[in-house]
Amino acid sequence: MTWAGSIFDTAGGPAERIARLTWFLIIVSVVTYLLLLVATGIAMRRARARRLREQLADTGPDTESRLTRNISIAAIATTLILLVYVTATARTGKAIAWPVNARQPLTIEVTGHQWWWQFRYRDSVPSNWLTTSNELHIPVGRPVRVILLSNDVIHSFWIPELHGKQDLIPGHRNTTWIQADRPGVWKARCAEFCGHQHAKMAFDVVAESPARFNQWYVSQLTSAQPPTDSSARRGHDVFMQRTCIMCHTISGTQAGSSVGPELTHIASRPSIAAGTLRNTRENLGRWILNPQLIKPGVRMPPNAFPPADMNALLDYLETLK
Amino acid sequence: MSARPLPAEHTGESDPKSIESVHGRLEHVWRNGPGLWGWLTSVNHKSIALRSIITAFAFFALAGVEAALMRAQLARPESSLIGPDRYNQLFTVHGSTMMFLFAVPMVQSVALYFVPIMIGTRNVAFPRLNAFGYWVYLIGGVLLYAALFTNTGPDQGWFSYVPLAGPEFSPGKRVDIWAQMITFTEIAAIVAAIEVIVTVFKQRAPGMSLNRVPLFVWAMVVMSFMVLVAMPYVATASMMLAMDRLIATQFFNYAEGGDALLWQHLFWFFAHPEVYIIFIPGLGMVSSIVATFSRRPVFGYTAIVLSTVSIGFLSFGLWVHHMFATPLPQTGQSFFTAASAMIAIPTGVTIFCWIATIWSGRPRFDTPMLYVVGFIALFTIGGLSGLFLSAVPVDLQLTDTFFLPGHIHYVLLGGMVFPLFGALHYWFPKVTGRMMSERLGKVSFWLLFVGVNVTFFPQLLLGAAGMPRRVYTYLADTGWGGLNLTSSIGAGLLAVGLLVLVVNIARSLAAGPPAGADPWGGETLEWAVSSPAPDYNFAYIPIVHGRSALWADTGDLDAVSGLREDRREVLQTTMLDAEPDSRHEHPDPTIVPLLAALATGVTLIWGIFDPIGFAVGGALTFLALGAWGWPQKTKPNTHEIVEVPK
Repeated sequence: MTWAGSIFDTAGGPAERIARLTWFLIIVSVVTYLLLLVATGIAMRRARARRLREQLADTGPDTESRLTRNISIAAIATTLILLVYVTATARTGKAIAWPVNARQPLTIEVTGHQWWWQFRYRDSVPSNWLTTSNELHIPVGRPVRVILLSNDVIHSFWIPELHGKQDLIPGHRNTTWIQADRPGVWKARCAEFCGHQHAKMAFDVVAESPARFNQWYVSQLTSAQPPTDSSARRGHDVFMQRTCIMCHTISGTQAGSSVGPELTHIASRPSIAAGTLRNTRENLGRWILNPQLIKPGVRMPPNAFPPADMNALLDYLETLK
Repeated sequence: MSARPLPAEHTGESDPKSIESVHGRLEHVWRNGPGLWGWLTSVNHKSIALRSIITAFAFFALAGVEAALMRAQLARPESSLIGPDRYNQLFTVHGSTMMFLFAVPMVQSVALYFVPIMIGTRNVAFPRLNAFGYWVYLIGGVLLYAALFTNTGPDQGWFSYVPLAGPEFSPGKRVDIWAQMITFTEIAAIVAAIEVIVTVFKQRAPGMSLNRVPLFVWAMVVMSFMVLVAMPYVATASMMLAMDRLIATQFFNYAEGGDALLWQHLFWFFAHPEVYIIFIPGLGMVSSIVATFSRRPVFGYTAIVLSTVSIGFLSFGLWVHHMFATPLPQTGQSFFTAASAMIAIPTGVTIFCWIATIWSGRPRFDTPMLYVVGFIALFTIGGLSGLFLSAVPVDLQLTDTFFLPGHIHYVLLGGMVFPLFGALHYWFPKVTGRMMSERLGKVSFWLLFVGVNVTFFPQLLLGAAGMPRRVYTYLADTGWGGLNLTSSIGAGLLAVGLLVLVVNIARSLAAGPPAGADPWGGETLEWAVSSPAPDYNFAYIPIVHGRSALWADTGDLDAVSGLREDRREVLQTTMLDAEPDSRHEHPDPTIVPLLAALATGVTLIWGIFDPIGFAVGGALTFLALGAWGWPQKTKPNTHEIVEVPK
């Protein structure tokens, strides 16, 4: 059985260090727990023997002083274990902090929305800033500084394979960092309860080689191409003349609203509806027709387009690679 | 006058005729009035505590049903049994009920029932306040459930993080109802805490100096002080939230200079100690049971008292470990890691002392004692899993995952509910006069013990497997289905265990064998009175010569004489040494506390919908308090002076 986001299935430095500390704590806890159970068990057995021999409780001064000694030893042992624990924790804490001498870090601004994710890649050249939704690509081996913002309520940014979570708090600028040490594709989920569809607020993480990442980056920077075949053109018109344009952006067109996820390269994404559905034509159609059936409470209204319009719209969206 | 031995009749086991006149007069003075009116006007601590315990159990059952519904929904992926709107209401109301309507009222009610008997007095200090507290609590609880059953239950989580709980993202009245429910239960909790503290400090039996107070009573005193310190924070916070929502103050709105994190600091400064407020009374119950069933006083009395007090203090220095994922400097976080680790030391010492008590004792493992062993086994898992959460790096991975519900349920079921059920089996004979069935008791214990592990251990694993908490569903490809199904099956076991417990209670109430005054051979004063205790608890206030009031080898208990039998009179003693200080008249039954509670209810509930409610309700409350404080004719004080033998 493979789990979706095990904290032990690490792919990055911080997660790796945390997993090691977690294993250490598991060992300490199990040993402590067994010692306590054994002590309780022995106490119960001794007591049972005393009852069978019909002896009274043993409250003589010798016993009392022996018990005091044993409890003191146990308390000192507890304290020592806790000292080791605090030290190990502080060391790990230091090890997972942002590496101050990080070279060529990538900076990504994450904005949480009810219930989707917006990523803005920063670059020294303003025209190279890139905005995507619900899909995060990062180059392997390069530290990524993540700036966490929220558009509405508190969310939490969490890629278990890479690092622990940090909250996105309106009015605060929180930061964290990630670095993938191997390529991989993971699903990240919002970890702070953020309302109706907290359960369906995920995004796809793709860690890939720097070359492939650059390729992806360049392709994402390009504007959408005007559709060529007639059905897609009609779909384009549906998009621009119906409700879609009021919330979504498709760069290179008139659609420039940022209420909902940006869709310039929607067809290249692995999933839709913030990691809820696989990105297939059928799912996309179902989603557009009535998102409330799939994510009740989501901000997107149902769209009862005539079938011909819907098909055209899907044709158009499929061109947005 | 002079001391006389406590008559054997006092235990209610032999012929009461010889002192019938004393018992009869006290009975006449102290009993509740007849019928419904008598029920509504009662100011007797046992009557009120008992109805409060039953009310808290009812809320526990309701919250249990909510938990069962949630487990049914999560048993398989993408289940469509319960939608997000209802699910969010369920988990919010489940958490709020367990914390505010079950756990705190329950431990306080147990305190208000047994503390006066254990310290040898006839009623709690401030009996009318006690009645008022119960009615306010009841109104608050009914308000929350009226909301849930009309589909306006709060859905923002029991922790009500702003801005989600603010006016912009939670329109409607759901959050306001939650905030007012908090206000109701805060009032009830604070007045109960004051009663416990004053009762213990001023009404102990002569001779019960502070170093002779039973550990159970110590735990309740520490808990009460914590309530006094912690509860005003959440009362303030919930009031600020209600004002943000009702009259557009901007405490938590960052766009107007407020701060979303302010809420978290205020809330957790209350809510972390809250866990210890719930758990420390459990320590007291365990101490009582361990002593009685080990046939010896608990080893390390002083160590346990000091540990309890230091747990109380330390618990106020941990709140930030709920906020490690917010922007905080690392050094500050390390401080809270260390503080969290430190609390393990006094907790450990307390557990070691109980093990030492069993070690050197001659224990019988009846059902109450089984619950103690179950408590040690479960609570320790809760405590050790807490170490993962106070270590900042590990917490960043595990916080807000299913590890959290796993951890908190080990802590609270292990640390509070198991001691409570132990206490239920232990004191049931005292409260009802009948024994519970040992066989059914053991069956329900094992069902519950196994049930807790089957339900909550998988949740610890689910957290490590990456499942966030507070989700109404999860996708099939996550691989979380198996563990969730196991957890839901465990919840079924818990339900069956609780059902057996309820059957046991019902059967024992109807046909349990008579218990007599002291079925277990107990150590503390509650076992000196008949079962159930008479309305006045003690015909003669006993004099205490040692820590184990009933285990001293001095024959019969000495008793105080000179308290009047023609009015409700209690003996007040000095704070440290419990030397007789004065006699104090207690109020007769009165309807005023109920009226004051209703007026408070009008204020707070009307206030949800219109600020004018505060004006009208405030005036009504003022009238009720006027009636409360109206001078009464005191009966002439002609009686002799209280004397206590040295």
